[in-house]
Formats: sequence, C-alpha cells, structure tokens
Amino acid sequence: MGALLSFFVVIVLVLLALAGIKGAGLYVLFGTVIPYAAVATFILGVILRVIKWSRSPVPFHIPTTCGQEKSLPWIKYSKLESPAGTLGVIGRMALEVLLFRSLFRNLKTELRNDGPRLAYGSNKWLWLGGLAFHWSMLIVIIRHLRFFTHPVPFLVKIIDSLDGFLQIGAPHLMITGVVLLLALTYLFLRRVFIPQVRYISLPADYLPLFLLMGIATSGILMRYFFKVDIIKVKELTLGLASLNPGIPSGIGVIFYIHLFLISSLFAYFPFSKLMHMGGVFSSVLQETWPITAV
Amino acid sequence: MYDAGKILIGLIIFLAFATFPFYSNMGKAVAKPDPKLDTPVIQQMKVKQCVESKEFMRAEHMQLLNNWRDAALRRGERLYKGSDGRITEISFQNQCLRCHSNKKKFCDECHSYAAVKPYCWDCHIAPKEANNEH
Repeated sequence: MGALLSFFVVIVLVLLALAGIKGAGLYVLFGTVIPYAAVATFILGVILRVIKWSRSPVPFHIPTTCGQEKSLPWIKYSKLESPAGTLGVIGRMALEVLLFRSLFRNLKTELRNDGPRLAYGSNKWLWLGGLAFHWSMLIVIIRHLRFFTHPVPFLVKIIDSLDGFLQIGAPHLMITGVVLLLALTYLFLRRVFIPQVRYISLPADYLPLFLLMGIATSGILMRYFFKVDIIKVKELTLGLASLNPGIPSGIGVIFYIHLFLISSLFAYFPFSKLMHMGGVFSSVLQETWPITAV
Repeated sequence: MYDAGKILIGLIIFLAFATFPFYSNMGKAVAKPDPKLDTPVIQQMKVKQCVESKEFMRAEHMQLLNNWRDAALRRGERLYKGSDGRITEISFQNQCLRCHSNKKKFCDECHSYAAVKPYCWDCHIAPKEANNEH
C-alpha cells in the first residue's frame, strides 16, 4: 500500500507538470518560480533542521566503536574501528561517510529449521546497492554543473568524459545514469521482496525512491530518446543560476517534467528521511552511528 | 546549540556547496551561442536547407551523425533518405563540412557553451578555418 501511494504521488507530480506546461502554458511558474522556491526551501530547511537537532542535549557521548580498544601496549588495537587519536577518528569518519563502513557490517538473520537455531550471515547487497546509488548520484550532480556554470570547470568536464568513456551512441551513454537507475530499482525491489523489510516500509520510504527513479528516468529519456534543444536548456538553467531568469521558447515538455520532479525532491528534502545527509552532524561527529536510510 | 563550532563549520561548508552555482555566476553575463551560417557555400544556395529541419538538427544531429557513421562505415550504405524524401549522400567530410566549413563559428559555438567534446575530430580533419573568413 505504501508503495502504491508513493507511486501515485509521483505520477500526479508528472501529470501536474505535463498539464501545467502543455495545458496551461505556465512556463514561468514551472521554469522559474517553483525551482527558486524549491532551492530556498531546501537550503533553509536543511539549516533549520540541523540547528534544531543541535539544540537537543546529548548527555553522554557514546561512541559505538566495535573493535579492540587501545589498552595495554602488547594488545593490538583496532586503529580504524576503535581509534585512539585524531587521525584514526578522521579515518573512521572518512570510511563511514565515503564507503558506508557500518553498512558493510550488515548481517542477515534467519531461523533455521534444524533445531530450530538462529543463523547469522554476511549480507553485502544493501551496502553495494547503497554505495552504487550514492556515488552515481554524486557524479550525476557534479555532471549537471555544466548547466549551471560558464565556463564549465575542468573537473566537471573530466568527470563527464570519464563517465561517457564507453562511447556508446551519441550523445555518449553515461555509466552513472544506468547504475543510478539499477541501484534504485534494487533498493526498491528489496523493500518489496524481503518480508521483514516490506513490513517496516512506509510511504515515506518509497516516495524518495520513486521520486529519484522519476528524475533518473525523465533525465535518461531526455538525453537519449525525446531530445530537447540543450542550448536553450542551458540558457534557462544558467539564467536561474545567475539570478537573471528567462524562459527560452521551444524546450520540450520532458525538460519541465524533469525540472519539476527535481524541484519536488528539493522541497521535500528537509522534511524527509533524506535528511540523513545532514544527520552526519549529530551522528558521525559525535562518534555514534549515522542515521541509516534507504 | 551543542557542538556549535563543528556544526557551524559543517553548515558553512554545506552552504558553500549548495549555493556554488549562484555565487560562481555572480555578475557574469554569458553571451548566448550564435552559430554562423554564412559560409560561402551556404550563401550561394538558393534553398538554405540541411538534410532535415532546423529544429530536428538542433536536437538530434548527434544521433543522426552517429547513425550516418554506422551506415556508411559499418554497413557501406551511402545514401540517406530524409523525412521529406530527399536523398543525400552520407558523408561527413564531403556533405556536412562542405556547407558547414566554419567549425569554430558553427560546431564549437554551441559545443563549448554546453561543454560537449564530440569525438568527430579524432578521425575527421577539421576544415581549414582560414578559408572561411570571407
């Protein structure tokens, strides 16, 4: 049920953009007003949320380290899992933020019938899916900076050409686009097919997945199938970034659908579980586990 | 606020990333790309028309060129039938570049604006620009 509800929300968003542009011609609303409002909501919302969290007293800092701690000199301690110095803490945090180390320890539990006895096993799929999604998303966002900067920074160009280095078709197939959609599909199917995960999944768990899937799908459709005049798109996006907005005529409706879904995600971000991004402030910094999500 | 120092530094870093497109474009006026169609060959044409419509070429030219590459070099098909029925010889060097002999003022104009680096020129010889300044 949660999945269906979230799915329909995204469908309604797509239809809203379609009707708004095709039916009512509300270009300024969908191309200027909503994107600005969404970005403002995102930035202010994230800051206020983090400040609100930081006001909660935390009487004890309880580090959830899980390795051998430093004690007697002849007992080897776990430098990264249970760091004793600043360098170790930085290393542990970097591993957590960049490689999701705590998720790497994710286990599956099942009740075996011979006994019955409880069995634990390694389960790396969530870690792999999560890592694939987050890194693809980061690279996709960096790639999109080519629409918001001029001249385009060297780093963005390099990432763009590495991402398309398979040189399949024209415009080149971007690896991260495919990985992003596959990872999202896995993260969704996992919620559907694992009974325990399905049981605890709420509409708020499915909505970000469907929104991101909608964004990735509309972007892929726009790049490879229903092409739009990319020069006009950059005129619009650069206009937004330089606070000199304008609406070039003749951009296909698929662009406005893509933009509206992104705006929706931005506006929804501070109120959703996606705030686990800002959760680093109250988790990793205080040496507890990060707020997990997706 | 607890851990105010660390959290404020973090929030400032967040702001720096989130508003990057805004402050990096502050006070900059970027000229829109203006691809030129004034080469001698085009000026002599009675009907100034590419193999497909202007709108189609703007959005789809990369796909068309890719299809032409596959057709000519991999399947040996050298004829292209446009959507209006006109038959054109498939040749980037002899057809496209015959009219659009001004790579810098035509191709590069939009490509550098959109930060696209097409690999056409890995194989093809770019037209000599000196000839185009009439």
